Order: sequence, then C-alpha cells, then structure tokens
Amino acid sequence: MVTRYLGAPITRNEDARLLTGRALFVDDVNLPNLLHAAFLRSPHAHARIKSIDVATAKQRDGVIAVITAADMGDYWRPGPLLVPPPPIRDIVFNQCTQVPLAKDKVRHVGEPVAMVLAESRYLAEDALADIVVDYEALPAIVDLADGLKPDAARIHEDLAGNTAAHVRQTKGNYAEAVKRADLVIKRRFVYDRGASSPIETRGIVAEWDGKADRLTIWDTTQAPVVIRNGIAAMLGLSERQVRVIAPFIGGGFGPKIMMFYPEEVLVPWMAIKLSRPIKWIEDRLEHFFATTQERGQVHDAELAIGRDGKIIGVKDVFLHDTGAYDPYGLTLPINSQCTLLNAYVVPHYDSTFTAVFTNKPIATPYRGAGRQHGVFVMERLLDIAARQLGIDRIEIRRRNFIGPDQFPYNNEIIYQDFAPLEYDSGNYGPVLDKALELIGYDKFVRDPTARRTDDGKHVGIGVVFYIEGTGIGPYEGARIQVQSSGRVSLATGVGTQGQGHFTSFAQITADQLGVDVRDVDVVTGDTDQFYWGAGTFASRGAVVAGNAVNEAAKVVRQKILRAAAEHFECAEADIVIANGKASVAGVSERAIGLGELAQRANPLRGAVKPGTEPGLEATNYFGPARGATANGAHAMIIEVDPATMMIEIKKYVVVHDCGTVINPLIVEGQIHGGVAQGIGNAFYEQLAWDRDGQLLNASLADYLLPTALDVPHIDSAHTVTPSPLNPMGIKGAGEAGAIPVGALFAQAIEDALDLPRHGVEILEIPLSPNRLWELIGPHLDKKEAGSP
Amino acid sequence: MSDERHRVATTVNGTRHQRDVDGRLLLSDFLRHVLGLTGTRVGCEHGVCGACTIQYDGLPVRSCLMLAVQADGHEIATVEGLAGKDGTLHPLQQALRDTHGLQCGFCTAGILMTMTAFLAEHPKPTEPDIREALSGNLCRCTGYQHIVEAVTLAASRMGGRR
Repeated sequence: MVTRYLGAPITRNEDARLLTGRALFVDDVNLPNLLHAAFLRSPHAHARIKSIDVATAKQRDGVIAVITAADMGDYWRPGPLLVPPPPIRDIVFNQCTQVPLAKDKVRHVGEPVAMVLAESRYLAEDALADIVVDYEALPAIVDLADGLKPDAARIHEDLAGNTAAHVRQTKGNYAEAVKRADLVIKRRFVYDRGASSPIETRGIVAEWDGKADRLTIWDTTQAPVVIRNGIAAMLGLSERQVRVIAPFIGGGFGPKIMMFYPEEVLVPWMAIKLSRPIKWIEDRLEHFFATTQERGQVHDAELAIGRDGKIIGVKDVFLHDTGAYDPYGLTLPINSQCTLLNAYVVPHYDSTFTAVFTNKPIATPYRGAGRQHGVFVMERLLDIAARQLGIDRIEIRRRNFIGPDQFPYNNEIIYQDFAPLEYDSGNYGPVLDKALELIGYDKFVRDPTARRTDDGKHVGIGVVFYIEGTGIGPYEGARIQVQSSGRVSLATGVGTQGQGHFTSFAQITADQLGVDVRDVDVVTGDTDQFYWGAGTFASRGAVVAGNAVNEAAKVVRQKILRAAAEHFECAEADIVIANGKASVAGVSERAIGLGELAQRANPLRGAVKPGTEPGLEATNYFGPARGATANGAHAMIIEVDPATMMIEIKKYVVVHDCGTVINPLIVEGQIHGGVAQGIGNAFYEQLAWDRDGQLLNASLADYLLPTALDVPHIDSAHTVTPSPLNPMGIKGAGEAGAIPVGALFAQAIEDALDLPRHGVEILEIPLSPNRLWELIGPHLDKKEAGSP
Repeated sequence: MSDERHRVATTVNGTRHQRDVDGRLLLSDFLRHVLGLTGTRVGCEHGVCGACTIQYDGLPVRSCLMLAVQADGHEIATVEGLAGKDGTLHPLQQALRDTHGLQCGFCTAGILMTMTAFLAEHPKPTEPDIREALSGNLCRCTGYQHIVEAVTLAASRMGGRR
C-alpha cells in the first residue's frame, strides 16, 4: 500500500456542499402537509402541577392537537438509562431519567409540560399562550451542599434525599501515605461549565409512510443507530421499519449524544398517530433549558507531597451537579475522578464523589466531559506545591511525569468505559519541551521587562499539561463498495457534526484501494445505509470508525488483488493497485479499472465458483480493548489590565500527541475549536442561576460565546506516539483543545498579577473581569491597579 | 391578530419573487421556508450569532431581525447566489475550503455574506480589520483562525478587485 493521503492535509470533500448552501440540515427538510410542534415549558424550577387546561389552545385556528402527559397512556414512561454505572464496589446510583412531558411535578425551568401541533410554527407558538397551568411552587435546589441538607426539598420524592450517586475509588493507601508527606496542601476548587451552544440548535422531523409501514426521522443526533433502535422499541416497530438520518449537523459537542430527549420521543409518536409529518426546531431560548449542559463541581482536594516535589498521594472529595435527572449515568464525575490523575505518577489516590440532583437542566457530557474539572484540580495543586516547595512549576511536572518506559500504565481505578484506567502509551517530556520552546518560556522568565507593558498592563505566562482518555469502545463498523463507475462508496454508522469524516475516512480508503480521495463517497449517520454502531462521542470517530474503515478497506483490497490476478491469470503478488486501476507490475498496458473489475465480480449470467461473494465489497468492525490516552501541553502569554481586569492573550501554544494523524488540517481545526470553547469556559461563559433556579442570562447577548476578537492565533505542533490499541495507532483529538484551558488561565493570570505575593490564589473557573476584580481588586495597591 | 396578507415583491440572487405573506413572517423564514432557499441558516433568532446574515441591497443584515415585508422592492443576496453559474466558487468560498475555514458549516453562509461584503469595501484588509468584521458572526467549531486565514487569502487572490 502506498500512503498518499494518510497524514496529508487534504482539503475536505464535504466543503463544496456546505459552502454553496446545498448541504441538508434537519430544518431544511420540507415535506408536504408538514405540521409544526411547539412545547410549553415550565417557568418554575421546582413546582407541583395542580392542573393543566388546554381547551382554549385546542380551539385556536390551525391547531391540530395539544398533548399533555395525561394524553400519553402507556407511551408515557421515563427515558432509558443510557450509561449504566461502572462496576465499582459499593457504588450507590439512583436512577431517575427524564420524562417526555412532566406529570404531577416539574423539576427544572424549561421542562416540557405540553406539546402543541399546528399548521405553522407561528401558530403552534401562539397556542402555547392559550394553555393555563396551575403550579404550586416548591423550594428550588440550586446549591449542591444545600441539596444534601437533611431538610432539603426532595426533587425525586421516592428517594430519601437528593443524592444521585456516591462513588469511592482508591489506589494504594492514602491515609497511611499522607503521614510520610513533607507538605500537605488542602484547597477547595470550584469548576463550573456551561452550555455547548452549537450554532445549530436541536431539531427533529418525523414522517410516517403508511403505505410502506415505515417511519423516517431526521434528527440532530450524534447517535442515529441508537435512536433508531430505541424509538422502534418504544413504538412497537421493528428496527427495519425505522430509518434515522442524521444529516449535516451544525455542531454537536456532546449534548447531541444525549438520547431520547422528550421531543425526540414525542414527535415520531405523534407523526404516526396523526399520519402527518411533524417538525420541531428548538429555538435559542429553549436551547438554554431543553438541551443538556455541563455544570459545576466543588472539590475538597488534598495533595500529599515530598520535599523533592514528588507526589505521594491525592485525596479528593467532590460534589457533582447532575441536574434534575441522571440519564447519562456517571460518565461526567467518573471522567473527573479519573482524569484528575493526569499525566503523573500518583501512588496513592482516594477519591469520593457525590452526585447531587438539583433543579437545573440535565448535565451530560459536553466536549471534555468532566475531564476539565479533574485537570484543573491537579494542575492547580501542583502549582501551589511548586510555590511552597520553591520548585519551578515546570520542573515539578517533569518530576512527576509517568516515564516513557512505564507504559502501559495502570492507574488501578475504573474508567468511563468500565475498563481499568490504563494509559496505553505516551512520552510526555518532549511534548512539554516543545511547548516551552514555542511559547519562549526561558526567554520570558529571564526577561524582567517582559512582565509589564509600557501602558501598565501586567503580563504573565502559563504552562499546563493534560491527558485525555479517547477512542473508547464498544465498536464501530464500515461498509466499502467499489461501484461500477469506479467510484468507491463508504458507509458508517457514526454521525458527523463537522469533524471531517467525509474526508478522513475517504483518505484511509483511498490509500488502501489506490483511488483518488475525491472518488470516495462517504455516507455517515443514515441507518438505512449502515445498520450498526454506537455514535460519535468521547473523541472516538477517527479511532474506532477510522480503524473499522481501514479493516474493511483491507478486505476490499484483497478482493481486488484476487479478482485482478484471476483476470490477468497471474499471481496476486504481481498485481499493482494505483490510480483507480489494477495492473500487472511492469506491464502497464495490462490494466483494468476498478469499476470494470467490480462489474466482472457481479456477473449477471453463467456460473461462479462456490463461496463467491458478488462485487468488490466488504463490511468490517473495530472495537478497541479500552480507550487510547492522548496528551498535550498548552501554554500562553497573557496581558491583564489591572484597572479593568480585561485580558488579552498575546500568544497561545498547543502541543499535543494524538498518535497517528490522518489529516493534520482537520486535527488543527479540532484543536483550534477546542481551545476556543476552553477560552469561553475559562473567561466568558457562565450560566447564571438565581436562588430560584431561574437562568438569568439565557440569550447569546448575555451568555457570551467567544468571538474572533477573543480567540487568539494558536500555534500548534504535535508529536506522535502511536496507540498500541488499534492497528492505525490513532488516538482521539476532538476534546483535547478544551480540557486544560481553565487551569492555564488560572496559572497565567496568577503569574501576570503576581497574586501569590498578595496572598490570592485562583481556585475557580469560570473567571471574568468582574470576578477577577472581586478576587484581586482589594489586594492590589493603587499604583498596581493603574488608577487614573 | 390581523389576518391581512401583504404582497412582497423582491429580487433574490437576481430572480424576481412575488408572494403574499403574513405581516409577522420573518425574512429568514420567508427565504428558507417560503422560497426554499435553505442555504441561509438560523442560529439564534435574536440577531447575535450572525448565521442568518444575507445582503440587503448589498449590505449585510440579519434576516432574523427583519420581516419579509421589508424585502418588498429590495434586492436580496444569499449564499446560493455566490458561486458562478458554472459552479465556480467565489474566491472566499474557495479560500475557506483551502484553509479548512469551516467545520460543521452551519455558520458559514452568514460568514460568507458578511465577509464578501466586507471584502468589497476593504480589498486589502489587515488581520485586526478582519477579526473586527468577523466578530459579529459566531462560530463554535473553528476558533476563527482558519476563517481569518481564508479572508486574507481571498483578498490576496482577488488582488484588490471588488
């Protein structure tokens, strides 16, 4: 096999459709006789529903149906538990999954209470105002610690309290080990995350074809196959009767892997009942309540360390906000618990978390998925330890790195994929070295003039390290077929939300089959095109589906060699596959196009050999034993204006190791986008809840997504340590950019303002100019604050 | 609410359209769902994200903040009209492809309509100019860097042409 495309910065196959406005997104689906859905949502965070009156709404012109929980009969049932808790000893997990429409009680603002179906979206939304719901407001649980108080209002009244889960994982014996520590650092860390806010909100269109007995669903989901299976089961249909299409999706970032949202369950059901196609498109206000988010954790963490700067152990007790329901199980807090160990040898670890139900929207994975929280705690603890021990912050990381010869490295606890947390490979030192070189660390720290600008701004530098568990199982698959035109078609079950699968999977295939990358047509996210799969999450598309594509392509390649050898009556070893042709080595006129070979492999008359499979086609699957662990370092130089606490990032560097890179252009794009979201999390984006569980900033004018003026130019570089867990050596890259940015901001801003000298530490994220001023302002003297 | 319908006669990408619409119909919905020009995307419906940006008599505007009736007698340009009739991409479309300036592509139409208008006014922009002009369009995938590169590249390829 000649590698022409793997590792090359190939521009994308899908771009022409996206750039000209031709690409189909869910809201572009237009069908005759289409009805439109709108949802009445709870204005209360916690309330009992005393009555619902829909009579007036039903009489409005253009309204076809109004549905409440009482109308749903047996179809009303809580959603499935998507991720069961991992097999950890003495685990407590209280399953309370979301319901399609609230019955008796609402548990967060925005929870759907009634659905209106009307001839237009405008009319459906008009009718929402006709519905009268009598609520009895209940005290809202907003704060995590408050939720655990014995007299706290109970969100799920069948439970004894608001505990969603309680999990302890340990390694070694921290209680003994801490006695040997020269220094024990204890701090409380608060890490909050916000809304993923893809520019395309969620949406669904469902159409029942009564003649064919088939349901077609267009859904903004990251997991079309799982939606197909689940909806079929709920509706009493066979899986073959349901087709789910995840067409072009306008960004996913995790919340579109949450499955069986109320709208996803209700729209197909009513499309069958009314025998009319139905569309629902979430608006931006709804997105702040009806789509899952990530949220806060409070860590009480303790680092035991020797005078030599070597970690002896970490003890961490944290609370996790799971929101009103917990359909996604424990993925978020388990990721936090595991990723806290980061890239370091931690001989003793004792970590306990309590997940708490609150009267807020459901928390499920959003890019990084809890890993940010863990990395923040560990990176901050090391920064504080370095300071107290008089060790350079870079040096303390080096002293604790897992060495290149220590892999596979077993952390002795269980990861989100239920497998032991074992890092497959890595070589952290060179990654850190490269980041220091690119940011100009030595030069900066030696230059006394670098720390202040002429106009009085303070300048600081930050360097942090992270790891990311990626590419988890169970499996993905791919089918590759050489068409009689000579083009190659490839189908896989994962959905695509901008990751470039139409190109990266084509690159893998094109190299194996010796065709042009533009001649490979990729279909993702259509369950009629590929039956099996799990979905796009946990930075696994390239790792798991990519390897499945490679395995399928290898089989097709073998079939081409065999067919060509038979055709030319020569040995397979003499066949060369290139430029869309199979030829006999050294005899260029003895060549046959792959399309013609495919036709010959599918004869219409005559006999074939026993065991013959028609065509040049193969389906294959790949499932890794466990996730592959990527790693990297982020560094930045930041300017802080002490008068306003406004920041400007002067330089930003990412060095990462995600194993074999299929397409460096695409990986670079993933890194840039991840960093941009990390910057949002670190400094701009905060969901502001009041004491009643009301969201105070539910608009893009108030919830600030970073703009082109906020995200700096990013210099990126990579090192390659292949993963031994898959034949291509790939590790995931999708979430890496977002993970360490909070830790980096805290360190760099502390450095810029020389905060330790003032007795101030940054122990929380997100920050903002206001919050920095609250933390720091009182400690700065007037000269430093740049007072006029 | 009045049931009165209003006549809208408008030119979109050089083609005349005439429709009777409700007074409250958004221009974005008119383009997407009445005329079927779905290339214009709707991201926030409150004028912040910029995904629905079109050109209204040559100027970039948010189509979610306008009513369809306001298009009466005016010229609209949308993403569908940018490429040549033979399919040749506009230099900015081509540059976005060459620099990987789009990922999910949902914000792309709005960025194209904002930045082609910008390039017409600023044939030789600096990077700060580009970032300033781009700052009214939100992109959640790219971190903007490749988009900025694309605008720079398109400007140089257009060689100061408007």
